[in-house]
Amino acid sequence: MIDKIVPSIELAIAGIKDGAVIMIGGFGQAGTPFNLVQALVEQGAQGLTVISNSISQAAPLVENRRVRKLIASFPIWVDRTRPNPLDEQVPAGKIELVTIPQGTLAEAIRAGGAGIAAFYTLTGVGTFVEERKEKRIFNGKECLLELALTADVALVKAYKGDRMGNLVYRMTARNFNPLMAMAAELTIAEVEEIVDVGELDPEVIVTPGIFVHRVVKALKRGKWMYQSESRLK
Amino acid sequence: MKAGLSRELIALRAAKELSEGMYINLGIGLPTLVSQFIPEGMEVMLHAENGVLGYGRITTEDKEMDIDLVNAGLQPIVLRSGASFFNHADSFAMIRGGHIDLAILGGYQVSEKGDLANWTTSLERVGAVGGAMDLACGVKRVVVLMQHVTASGEPRIVKQCTYPLTARGVVDTIITDVAVIEVGKEGLIVKEIAPGWTPEEVQSLTEPKLMVAPDLREIEL
Repeated sequence: MIDKIVPSIELAIAGIKDGAVIMIGGFGQAGTPFNLVQALVEQGAQGLTVISNSISQAAPLVENRRVRKLIASFPIWVDRTRPNPLDEQVPAGKIELVTIPQGTLAEAIRAGGAGIAAFYTLTGVGTFVEERKEKRIFNGKECLLELALTADVALVKAYKGDRMGNLVYRMTARNFNPLMAMAAELTIAEVEEIVDVGELDPEVIVTPGIFVHRVVKALKRGKWMYQSESRLK
Repeated sequence: MKAGLSRELIALRAAKELSEGMYINLGIGLPTLVSQFIPEGMEVMLHAENGVLGYGRITTEDKEMDIDLVNAGLQPIVLRSGASFFNHADSFAMIRGGHIDLAILGGYQVSEKGDLANWTTSLERVGAVGGAMDLACGVKRVVVLMQHVTASGEPRIVKQCTYPLTARGVVDTIITDVAVIEVGKEGLIVKEIAPGWTPEEVQSLTEPKLMVAPDLREIEL
């Protein structure tokens, strides 16, 4: 019987080694696997390379100095009044920061999961992104060669999962999670609810279980951090 | 200095760029305000990078807010009927594949050739490029909303951008607190000016030479 359910968050995270490349899903708080990230902090792996959209996913690891390299598209807080650990650690050379346009980040992860080594894109031509990258003209337009991204481990957050590893997401909490689930050797999913096999409609499963190796139930975390009212002004 | 349009009025003017049936992406900050001014009865689909097409508006009502439902600026949103969710690669396929009709973005600087700088003022700082480059390159039409000059009075419409570029030659229209300017093949054309302003006054706050449209008019709201 296929059974990918693990009974605890500690067991879910077990075996992650120092120096591992870790993808972490989420956009802001939505879809961020806060429980797995916190468990990884406690597990103690160091010298990690983290691939995530923003600082929101990586913050606990960065603050605890577990990250050697961060690959992200939005490594600052939207609310810029919050202290960003990168402001100190990047200039001090403690962390190597690689900033990637968000669409290139998503596509590089998708490509990595799909076995595509690299792709050409218009995004970033004429900007700092093009430094040291191969260029080629297609249909009269200059494009950059971008390499796929893969990881040792992907930490993802889903709404519901079953023992086969099938996952569904909720609203904008989907974001990078299905892409990262495809792109890692070991994909660990924290889910709000574990359901019986067969309960998820095959028509609506977003991440088929083939991409997922461990499933753990964890309480949903997150609270509104930003004063949307003030930000509307 | 004379007052120009308020942020709300810039957003209100930008809303006039919308038309029935459009797929639209609104950038973080001032452009997001445009969502509050969509004409009643007009069916447009707002796209957010984080995987939603068809959000209706931003909400500040506690009972409507859902931690899993935000736009790219992490503001809580509500859906309109016909909305859909998708992963980040599909979301950027909409952007990079040229499926989005209009992006309304913020700006730090726009050059006379339509180059856009809108993500950081220095590569020395930790900056966030987000989806800005993808939007600027991929969307069919790019409208930039910004104050005409910086807090210290420096022009933001310049011959050459001095801030790090987002993309080259992508801006179609600039809407500021004092003017609406089109980026044409021959240069920048002032199409509309704020009430009480003259083209000469707008020129004095702008680095490159502006052409004045023959049908120049006051900004209509």
